[in-house]
Amino acid sequence: MSFLNRHSRLEKNATLLLIMSLLVVTVGGIVEIAPLFYLQNTVEKVKGMRPYTPLELAGRDIYIREGCYACHSQMIRPFRDEVERYGHYSLAAESMYDHSFQWGSKRTGPDLARVGQRYSNEWHVQHLIEPRSVVPESVMPAYAFLKDRPLDTKGIAAHLVANRRVGVPYTDEMIANAEADMKAQADPDADVSGLEARYPKARAANFDGDKQALTEMDAMVAYLQMLGTLVDFSTYDEAAGRR
Amino acid sequence: MKYGTEIVFSAILTLIALLGAAFAVDDAFRYHMLIAVVLLGGFTIALMRKEDFAPAGPVDDTRYMDGPIRYGVIATVFWGVVGFLAGVLVAAQLAFPDLNLEPWLNFGRLRPLHTSGVVFAFGGNILIASSFYVVQRTCRARLFGGNLAWFVFWGYQLFIVMAATGYLLGITQSREYAEPEWYVDLWLTIVWVVYLFVFMGTVLRRKEPHIYVANWFYMSFIITIAMLHVLNNLAVPVSFVGSKSYSAFSGVQDAVTQWWYGHNAVAFFLTIPFLAMMYYFVPKQVNRPIYSYRLSIVHFWSIIFLYIWAGPHHLHYTAVPDWAQTLGMVFSIMLWMPSWGGMINGLMTLSGRWDLIRTDPIVRLMVAAIAFYGMATFEGPMLSIKSVNALSHYTDWTIAHVHAGALGWNGMITFAAVYFLVPKLWGRERLYSVRMVNWHFWLATLGIVLYASSMWVSGIMQGLMWREYDSQGFLVYSFVETVAAMHPYYVMRVTGGLFYLTGGFLMAWNVYQTIRGRVRDETPMGVPAPVAGAAVQPAA
Amino acid sequence: METYTAMRHLADSWGLLAMVLFFIGAVTFAFRPGSRALSDDAARIPFRDE
Repeated sequence: MSFLNRHSRLEKNATLLLIMSLLVVTVGGIVEIAPLFYLQNTVEKVKGMRPYTPLELAGRDIYIREGCYACHSQMIRPFRDEVERYGHYSLAAESMYDHSFQWGSKRTGPDLARVGQRYSNEWHVQHLIEPRSVVPESVMPAYAFLKDRPLDTKGIAAHLVANRRVGVPYTDEMIANAEADMKAQADPDADVSGLEARYPKARAANFDGDKQALTEMDAMVAYLQMLGTLVDFSTYDEAAGRR
Repeated sequence: MKYGTEIVFSAILTLIALLGAAFAVDDAFRYHMLIAVVLLGGFTIALMRKEDFAPAGPVDDTRYMDGPIRYGVIATVFWGVVGFLAGVLVAAQLAFPDLNLEPWLNFGRLRPLHTSGVVFAFGGNILIASSFYVVQRTCRARLFGGNLAWFVFWGYQLFIVMAATGYLLGITQSREYAEPEWYVDLWLTIVWVVYLFVFMGTVLRRKEPHIYVANWFYMSFIITIAMLHVLNNLAVPVSFVGSKSYSAFSGVQDAVTQWWYGHNAVAFFLTIPFLAMMYYFVPKQVNRPIYSYRLSIVHFWSIIFLYIWAGPHHLHYTAVPDWAQTLGMVFSIMLWMPSWGGMINGLMTLSGRWDLIRTDPIVRLMVAAIAFYGMATFEGPMLSIKSVNALSHYTDWTIAHVHAGALGWNGMITFAAVYFLVPKLWGRERLYSVRMVNWHFWLATLGIVLYASSMWVSGIMQGLMWREYDSQGFLVYSFVETVAAMHPYYVMRVTGGLFYLTGGFLMAWNVYQTIRGRVRDETPMGVPAPVAGAAVQPAA
Repeated sequence: METYTAMRHLADSWGLLAMVLFFIGAVTFAFRPGSRALSDDAARIPFRDE
């Protein structure tokens, strides 16, 4: 039974054992994960998806910085109660520009995948400054400091460039106008035609209610207000999107 | 020159950090690099002060290298207490939100501090220390690579401190259990490769022809974590002097990669190497060989093969393709078998010596750890069933499951290993107090029971409340009503955590006194009558 | 859809069979005749040295 004696060789050869164990653990990754990168139907094409505006992207970075994903999911499952509570179940395409994804794993707070346009800007600002003043039972921490922190506008173009390197289709024009677009979106008096042409459905507003300063609060609220608003579900073809 | 190269290396790193601080494009990166300058600069100075300029004496190759292991055990105890403390704090924040101190001590920033603190700092240190201990003893060879083992220890501590301070500064990739940003990830990669080098080098110079099975588990842990770490952290930094990076993947692919990593952090960090500890420390403590060595071989191959597939069960009913979810579920259920095979192998090692549970609290810790391992590895496959997961996902049930595993299995087997190692490493006859170990055992057990049961109830309750409909077909509860309903359970959880933390303090005191060489005057466990339970036993 | 169906098929049939065979193989390996002495010896490694 020379075949059976091979294992004892494995038991005595450290390098072989190391390589074998590595091979065994790569099988799962190759069969299970690699196909998701080349199967065409992993992420179906959906109308309406576009990269984040510079202001939304900055807001998203703040969302990540503060660890919001630890308590809020952004992934609505196709169950009756979730769809009634939060809206249409999440599509793969809706996170196609999310580096990293923000699906979350725990709902200490509600799902935020479609929180955009559900509340007013003023509500969001008040809620972030003092959560229990608008939702008495809330256990959310306060984020009043966002209103006092000026937003970094200088560096935003570099963030767009980094996103383009990982596959987000930011154009040269978008990158060149990044800083201007960022300022325009938070200023209700600015000319936003360029912004709207580059980023359809982008909403410009004085998000934090403070006309003087462009703060991190502006970016955060701009991000929250766009979540889940890009895809128009009145025209979405349910059957074609099934996998 | 004892530390010539080390001083130069450390000084160069300090300089790099200083340059990073000087040219930083964002404030977070500047502060983070200044922290690194202080740490590395302090380390360089400490090395220089220890330097003597006499030529280094020859190293005695017949003796084991235990220095880094001693430091590792102390670090384990220290980070354990820190990690438990952070856990109690974040648990209290959920019960009493006014405890959030914005911006640095908000829940969102502290939570990764707690998870990384217990998983990578507490768990990681005992894994590195115990692997160095076990590999030397079972190979009968001194650690390979000289001072590289010290580099692994100090390099790993630097990783921990940089990760932790980064979280408080808001530097995170938002990938659970892989939050540190690109430059800290790079540093960990270097440390990890050196770790692999030291470990494999030691195995290769062994005097024992056969490689003991515990080393297989350690080996698989080191190489697989290297693979997972590198692939999951592929990212493009915004600037080489900035803290922010964007993941190479997005959306579905990113989620699957992250949870392939995330679940295998549970598998190849919190299970495989802890099983290695079981395969060495349990036989040593009860003084019998493992129940079935052949079972341990089957256990090894089947568990490493099956575990790697389980990741997608974290993504049930999401936008991940159905087939991947199904594969994740099927493999998770199959995992039940090797997991329980391992549990049986560990427990049955005690056959014939079950009396030790009564007289030896270290054995008691080990048995409880293995029992919790069995419980958690039954609950895990159950939670991976899609219909169960539909209820449990996003709720505290997952938190209960994780903590039954982490506090019960990882925590208790680590405590047992620490209590085993300390007297041996410092050449003490016995621990300062064995009875204190018993106290620790009961505090920890009580803490886990309180913690897990309160989170089970709150998780299942919240899951049911979310999907409850009235007779008119309307949802009964608003989201915030379900939050308010959690409050009593969140308070109960804090209590459980406090018990567990107290046990941690007790261990720290016991270890400290043992190292100082003190021995507490106490009646030995189980021998005369006054132990609870002994009275009802018939006299022999 | 082609690759997807093929993958799905594989996971349900031959893939599953192959994995079961792998498992049986691993068990046979470990419990092959004559391995007892070897494993008993290996199991004593932790006690050979302090």
